[in-house]
Amino acid sequence: MFRNQTLPPVDPLPEAYEPIVKIRNLSVWYGERQILGDINLDIPRNRITAIMGPSGCGKSTLIRCLNRMNDLIPGARIEGQVLFNDQNIYAPEVDVTELRRRIGMVFQKPNPFPKSIYENVAWGLRIRGFKGNLDEVVERALMQAALWDEVKDKLHTSALNLSGGQQQRLCIARALAVDPEVLLLDEPASALDPIATLKIEELLREISENYTIVIVTHNIQQAARISHYTAFIMWDENRIGRLVEWGPTRDIFTNPKNKCTEDYITGRFG
Amino acid sequence: MKGKWLDETFRAFAFFSTLIGILVLCLLLADVLKDGLPRLSWKFITSFPSRRAEEAGILPALVGSAMLLVLTALFAFPVGVAAGIYLEEYAPDNPFTRFIELNIANLAGVPSIIYGLLGLEIFVRAMRGITGGRSILSGALTMALLVLPVIIVSSREAIRAVPKSIREAGYALGATKWQVVRDQVLPVAMPGILTGTILALSRAIGESAPLITIGALTFIAFLPPLSLKALQSPFTVLPIQIFNWVSRPQEAFQANAAAAIIVLLLLLLSMNAAAIYLRNRFQQRLE
Amino acid sequence: MPRELLDSEIERLQNEVLSLGEMVERSILEAVQSLKTRDFEASRRIISQDGAINEKRFSIENDTLVLIATQQPMASDLRLLASILEIISELERIADYAKGIAKINLLIGEKPLIKPLIDIPRMAQKAADMLHRALEAFVRKDVETARAIPKEDDEMDALYDQVYRELMTYVIANPANIEQANYLLWAAHNLERTADRVTNICERVIFTVTGEMRELDVSEDIRERWARQAGEKP
Repeated sequence: MFRNQTLPPVDPLPEAYEPIVKIRNLSVWYGERQILGDINLDIPRNRITAIMGPSGCGKSTLIRCLNRMNDLIPGARIEGQVLFNDQNIYAPEVDVTELRRRIGMVFQKPNPFPKSIYENVAWGLRIRGFKGNLDEVVERALMQAALWDEVKDKLHTSALNLSGGQQQRLCIARALAVDPEVLLLDEPASALDPIATLKIEELLREISENYTIVIVTHNIQQAARISHYTAFIMWDENRIGRLVEWGPTRDIFTNPKNKCTEDYITGRFG
Repeated sequence: MKGKWLDETFRAFAFFSTLIGILVLCLLLADVLKDGLPRLSWKFITSFPSRRAEEAGILPALVGSAMLLVLTALFAFPVGVAAGIYLEEYAPDNPFTRFIELNIANLAGVPSIIYGLLGLEIFVRAMRGITGGRSILSGALTMALLVLPVIIVSSREAIRAVPKSIREAGYALGATKWQVVRDQVLPVAMPGILTGTILALSRAIGESAPLITIGALTFIAFLPPLSLKALQSPFTVLPIQIFNWVSRPQEAFQANAAAAIIVLLLLLLSMNAAAIYLRNRFQQRLE
Repeated sequence: MPRELLDSEIERLQNEVLSLGEMVERSILEAVQSLKTRDFEASRRIISQDGAINEKRFSIENDTLVLIATQQPMASDLRLLASILEIISELERIADYAKGIAKINLLIGEKPLIKPLIDIPRMAQKAADMLHRALEAFVRKDVETARAIPKEDDEMDALYDQVYRELMTYVIANPANIEQANYLLWAAHNLERTADRVTNICERVIFTVTGEMRELDVSEDIRERWARQAGEKP
């Protein structure tokens, strides 16, 4: 009933979006086992795209394809293309370290380096021989991650003394410090309490003005709360992950086109 | 009821078994202390060996042991850690790698005298021009071979214990493998590597068989010169000195041996203590 | 901790409700004005404006549903959003009443009015005023005002009775007036119903703030009153 109305968009969601990443006919195997099959998906620039689906459907595998973290997994093999600013990131001439600088990643469990807060943020710049004012960049990154006020007096103490939520925001700051274009987050809040989770969500919402964010979550409500676009991935009868539906979050959560999506978001899955 | 009785019996049995080990050790220690303590003095440590037992000291042996220790560490540590890094981080998972891994594990179990024979053939004879024959350099190289497998294995374990998430964090920031290993993995693994290395070295410092094989002297009345020549000079070490004294018939030399054993034990204990300290620090850092 | 997205969306929706309320309010006043001045052009404009009102109502409803679907509002947030859904449907119904009044103007056609309109514009003024204050109470979460407004419904009922009696005298005087009198009574009835709908809105205000779900209807149904009055005057 909503769809038939021609309504002005509530959110500043342009009807036409500008894709920064285009996933084309992507299939992934780990060894003999196929994980993902024929995924086609666009990641709109400066928007939050949520990838949701049941555990084990391959959504983490999917975002790990976007910065080639899958290269680290022995036996991982892909077919198809991932175009980042229209360049195939799996082309032989691509510099993977530069790709990973431009497409940063935050993991499920906070994984700060066992070093000081400052060093955690600064390291990504140090290894590139950064010549500018390191203090400034560290401060800016921590500000962006809404962590500065909490840590500004203890920058040189161990990052491991921070709470889980703070550690995860530190990991976001660390990723932002190297000035990426895209930030991938693999269930960044699944190990956090609800308050810390909401804090991360607010933060993502804020930085989405300047960064493209892709967040993997098995938490349907979280996908609904923070994202502009939602992609739903589900395994088929051969347990290969397939993209079931993709679109503006407001449409997916009020009027999904696919019965399977409807069952999943209404909790009638399985 | 019967089960409980059995349980109690086994518990008692296990307890006394534990006691046996400790008791024997205590007896040994008491015996050594009784014989050696009265003989132990600053003069004993700073004197050269002598035919007269009461004038004899362990200075050359102590210096030899120390030099051997440092040189062995210098040779074995970088090679062992590098090999550990290669096997853990770089080596592809193929039959060749597995073959190497199996061999290293086996090498750790080879009797030390075999290393002595190897050292005699390679370092003392074949490489005489460099090592100067039956020199401290030959001894250190032989010892390095002896401890290398242990260092490699413990380095690998320490490197493997570094959480995968830390490596992922590094790679996700666009770091190269070398940058991740150098800046993130090694600092975290280092206390573990050092623990393994110290334990391996403390094994080396107590070894005598391979050194006898390559021809360490038993009677040295001088210190090596303070130059690179020192590396090629003949040497002795504490275990050999002890071995030598124990084989003398005179009672006084037996006391000397006991005193030297105390010094050796103190050295070993302090090295173990250092290893334990490092391990504790390692655990704290991971928490 | 604030939930910026939810909070700002709720605020925006409340403003949308206010602006829908203004459109509806204006519709009522203008409809009655067009009837009074026999301005067919204005009546037609009001009728066509109803489409815009409906559209806005659907837009608010859609956005509210999206907000409920995506932001998981709870407790007072949830009551508020549920109330918005209820209130906008009341507003749309009131807009339909206004449209009805505009249509009456067209139905009466070129014939002059049987009487100058005095009480009907007063009713319109009163209804619009009640509506305005009810929506303000909603945005301000003002329970006191929300409880007070329904009591003014009696005034509307009194005005309606007055209009009714007056029109009856015209019908008795000249049965040819019956058609127009019927139309005008219909218009007055629409205004009287508008006030009832405002009472419903007030109930929603109280529900939003306190969680209390209670009928506020202090006045009796019009037919009941007629029956009672008929009984009183045999």
